[in-house]
Amino acid sequence: MCLGVPMLVMSIEGDVARCEIDGVQREASLMMLDDVRVGDFVLIHAGFAIEKLDPAQAEETVSMFRAILAEGGGPT
Amino acid sequence: MISDNAYRDPQVARRYLDKLASLTAGLTTPITLMEVCGTHTMAIYQHGIRSLLPPAIRLVSGPGCPVCVTPLSYIDRAIALVRRPDTLIATFGDMVRVPGSSSSLIHEQATGGQVRIVYSTLDALVLARKNPDKKVIFLGVGFETTAPTIAGALIAARREGLNNFFVLCAHKTMPVPMAALTADPQLNIDGYLCPAHVSAIIGANAYRFLAEDRGIPCVVTGFEPLDILQGIDMAIAQILSGQARVDIQYCRFVKPEGNLKAQHLLKEVFEPCDAEWRGLGNIPASGLRLAPAFEAFDAEKALPVAVEPLREHTGCRCGEILKGQIAPRQCPLFRTVCTPENPVGACMVSSEGTCAAEYKYGD
Ligand code: SF4
Repeated sequence: MCLGVPMLVMSIEGDVARCEIDGVQREASLMMLDDVRVGDFVLIHAGFAIEKLDPAQAEETVSMFRAILAEGGGPT
Repeated sequence: MISDNAYRDPQVARRYLDKLASLTAGLTTPITLMEVCGTHTMAIYQHGIRSLLPPAIRLVSGPGCPVCVTPLSYIDRAIALVRRPDTLIATFGDMVRVPGSSSSLIHEQATGGQVRIVYSTLDALVLARKNPDKKVIFLGVGFETTAPTIAGALIAARREGLNNFFVLCAHKTMPVPMAALTADPQLNIDGYLCPAHVSAIIGANAYRFLAEDRGIPCVVTGFEPLDILQGIDMAIAQILSGQARVDIQYCRFVKPEGNLKAQHLLKEVFEPCDAEWRGLGNIPASGLRLAPAFEAFDAEKALPVAVEPLREHTGCRCGEILKGQIAPRQCPLFRTVCTPENPVGACMVSSEGTCAAEYKYGD
């Protein structure tokens, strides 16, 4: 029930965004978010966009994955 | 966005597992982490994470499956409501198969009850508009991620003057039962993997009292396999260094303060109340009820019905499952009497239930 999915905002009309992921389109209410723009990634839960993706933080998380790989060799 | 594959790289997973193994190699007593959220439980089973972790790290499943913690009396009331000739029940899918004392919503539907599965509360509003002769009752179950969507629907219903839309409200809030479980000496929880999407709404700061007053490390963790391993790594780092704070692994979506607009919706429509949790009992201030301004939408008050006396299912150990005290295999009914096709308890019904996860992905 709490399954939220990140989707790309394709278009916005009033309080409703048309979003897409893997070719699947869905409408989502923007009632809970301000300043959503076309091209943003939003987390959709039960028909509502509940949060916007922060691209810098996403990059940060993935750079930690790269760092642990780079440590290389045997077990740390 | 960074693609999903970035959060699933098996080589990175291996590195985390090696690191965790060497960090915990010398430990004589295992570290117990609770994954609170049912979606975490599902992901952990799906990716086999429990069996990949070193023996010194024990993961236990918590009470974060909203369908599972909904008490039997609530299901019975929904069944009594659907038996009224003038009602239509709208709900998320999992609820229809949960056994009540003597029936289930799906059984009622087969015998003429009006039940519709919806994807969003806004779909339930559409049903109310299209069926003016029916009282459309939405089953308001779920945590802080779902409750604001009900709040949004109720604000819209009030604006429109829809007077045939109701909510049977049993919303629950997360941090309070986590505090209750922390006090359970049988469980011995050393750290929490906090729910991802609940935290997007309430913010990581909502768990600070657990870290600061009770000394329990918390990590708000995402749902991808590498999110979970990184979250475990962050929790273990806190535990081994004797610290307790709230870290945010899922920082791409979760902020310390959360989603203020959603919190505002919650405040406008609901007020805190004591709540009955399946397995955990009554926990003060752990639920949400409709605020006086929205009472007219409360199905329990507006549509009185006689509810049948409670009849618990003997043998079902959902209560202990929800507290992390036993694993599904320790329930004698698991896989023999209780299966997803023929569930005895809610933990086998819900797609986020621990018994359903073990049935589907356990070896
Ligand atoms: S296996 Fe079935 S009967 Fe046993 S605890 Fe889980 S849901 Fe209840």
